[in-house]
Amino acid sequence: MASDYLPVGILILLATALAFLIVLISILFGPKRHAQKTKRVQPYESGMQAIGPGQRRLPVRFYLVAVLFILFDIEIIFFYPWAVALRALGPGGFLAMLSFMTILVVGFVWVWKKGALEWESMDK
Amino acid sequence: MNELLLVLPPLIFALGGVVLLMVDLAIPRERKSLTAGMAAVVSAAAALCAILQWGLAGSGFQGMISVDGVALALDALVGVIGVMTIGLSLRYNALRGILRGEFFVLMLFSLSGMALIGHAANLLTIFLAIELLSIPLYVLSGIARPRLDSEESAMKYFLLGAFASGFLVFGMALVYGATGQLSLTGIARTLITSTSVPLLVVGAALMLVGLGFKVAAAPFHMWTPDVYQGAPTTVTAFMSTATKAAGFVALLRVFGVALGDLANVWQPAFAALSALTMMIGNLGALTQINLKRMLAYSSIAHAGYLLMGLAAGGVSGVRGVVFYLPAYAAASLAAFAAMTAAHNGEEDQSISAYAGLSRTRPGWALVMAVAMLSLLGIPPTAGFVGKYMLFQSAIDVGLVPLAVIGVLTSVVSGYYYLRVIVTMYFEAPPEGVAVTKGNRLSLHWVTGAIAAAASIVLGILPAPLINAVTAGVTSIR
Repeated sequence: MASDYLPVGILILLATALAFLIVLISILFGPKRHAQKTKRVQPYESGMQAIGPGQRRLPVRFYLVAVLFILFDIEIIFFYPWAVALRALGPGGFLAMLSFMTILVVGFVWVWKKGALEWESMDK
Repeated sequence: MNELLLVLPPLIFALGGVVLLMVDLAIPRERKSLTAGMAAVVSAAAALCAILQWGLAGSGFQGMISVDGVALALDALVGVIGVMTIGLSLRYNALRGILRGEFFVLMLFSLSGMALIGHAANLLTIFLAIELLSIPLYVLSGIARPRLDSEESAMKYFLLGAFASGFLVFGMALVYGATGQLSLTGIARTLITSTSVPLLVVGAALMLVGLGFKVAAAPFHMWTPDVYQGAPTTVTAFMSTATKAAGFVALLRVFGVALGDLANVWQPAFAALSALTMMIGNLGALTQINLKRMLAYSSIAHAGYLLMGLAAGGVSGVRGVVFYLPAYAAASLAAFAAMTAAHNGEEDQSISAYAGLSRTRPGWALVMAVAMLSLLGIPPTAGFVGKYMLFQSAIDVGLVPLAVIGVLTSVVSGYYYLRVIVTMYFEAPPEGVAVTKGNRLSLHWVTGAIAAAASIVLGILPAPLINAVTAGVTSIR
């Protein structure tokens, strides 16, 4: 009984070890924080100094587009198996997909009319 | 085609929501009451359909969907709650500037999820229905954006709700692992022969955590006061009545139907949760000076009374639960109606703001008083009959200590419910409040009056509803 869980235990050990290993490797071989002060490791010896944080703030509308993208991404995922099995499913499968698509199109039309796809007007 | 008949009420909500979403685009911003009217028609149609279908039983969609008396009772109840909430929304939402078309569409989507819970015959359908119920509610509680309290409410509800859903689905996975079944009757069938009882118990416990969150049972109630306080009051009224009803039906389906033979394991847990919920809800409400927060704690306390019925189980316990849900909903809607009506414009939620309401707005003071008495469980009201049935069912199965805790905490609740009445009737109104002679006949007033009247009618003539509920409960499966 207990031996059934052996693979799980090994997996936990391996996952933990791997996590520590990755952190260790990046500590050993990654760029050192204090070393950035020396000119040698800076990206450009001449020209503009690199200023500001590495992660820039993004306008929130990117997230809106990302959410809408996920919606249609999932639609595509449903379409693939449906398309493969279309002939086997018969008219019932076609109708089921049609109603699913209708619901998605309703959402799409709503999003469109509400102006969520207008990049410029979102500045208002 | 016949299978669609089995889910007709949830289908009406869902299709109505989809169609209304499109229709609403053509309605100009200042005429959104038209959307509200159509949403009310859809909601009423679904409730009517459930009543016309009364007596229908069966299952379909490869055992994913079933219909019985409890399912139809839930459809009718949430449909009526939907209509009444829309009745309250017109004036309140216009005052708060949130009379948007999406408000009503989201409400219909949430209602379709609630109704679907009653029709679920499979753990996956239950999970789907609960998400369908919750996600529109997350948006609804934040619909008063950019008001901070509303946004805070939505954020807290969303984070904790998503967390609870995680518990629920993990519990379902463990139960599936233990029984190899997802359908409720299938689980019930394999329960006796199941060899992995520990897995089953852990799964059941996790599902209890997830569903306990949805019905605001202690110790999973922490979100309730904050979310109820911050959300627009119409949304709070909707959440505290319809969501609770749907959550209890989900508990009934999962524990009563699927895990019924495991009752000796979960019954003590339900009894303990019930006792804890009654104590925390009622003691927490004692110190509240904010009326909305007090009603939130009261909602927790009522979840405790309802859990007592589930802990007792059997026809009498479940019957008590199904009767208490509309009784509580009527009283709660009346209280929220009076609360939103008592002020124009920016609402003041503190109890002291209702001082002298009996002189400034006598009609609303009466509605509020009836609501408080019914929540407290004073005889000529529905709350009394409901509590009587619940306590009786607990005593019948020997859960006497639980019934004693229920009675004692009900006595405690008298302090904070009667305090509202004392404030309204025996304290002088604040300076400069206009005295209105009688109430102007408005939709808001009619809705509140109907809710209060229902509390009294169900208290004086409970027999028809009790008979219907008994017939519905005995038709489970």
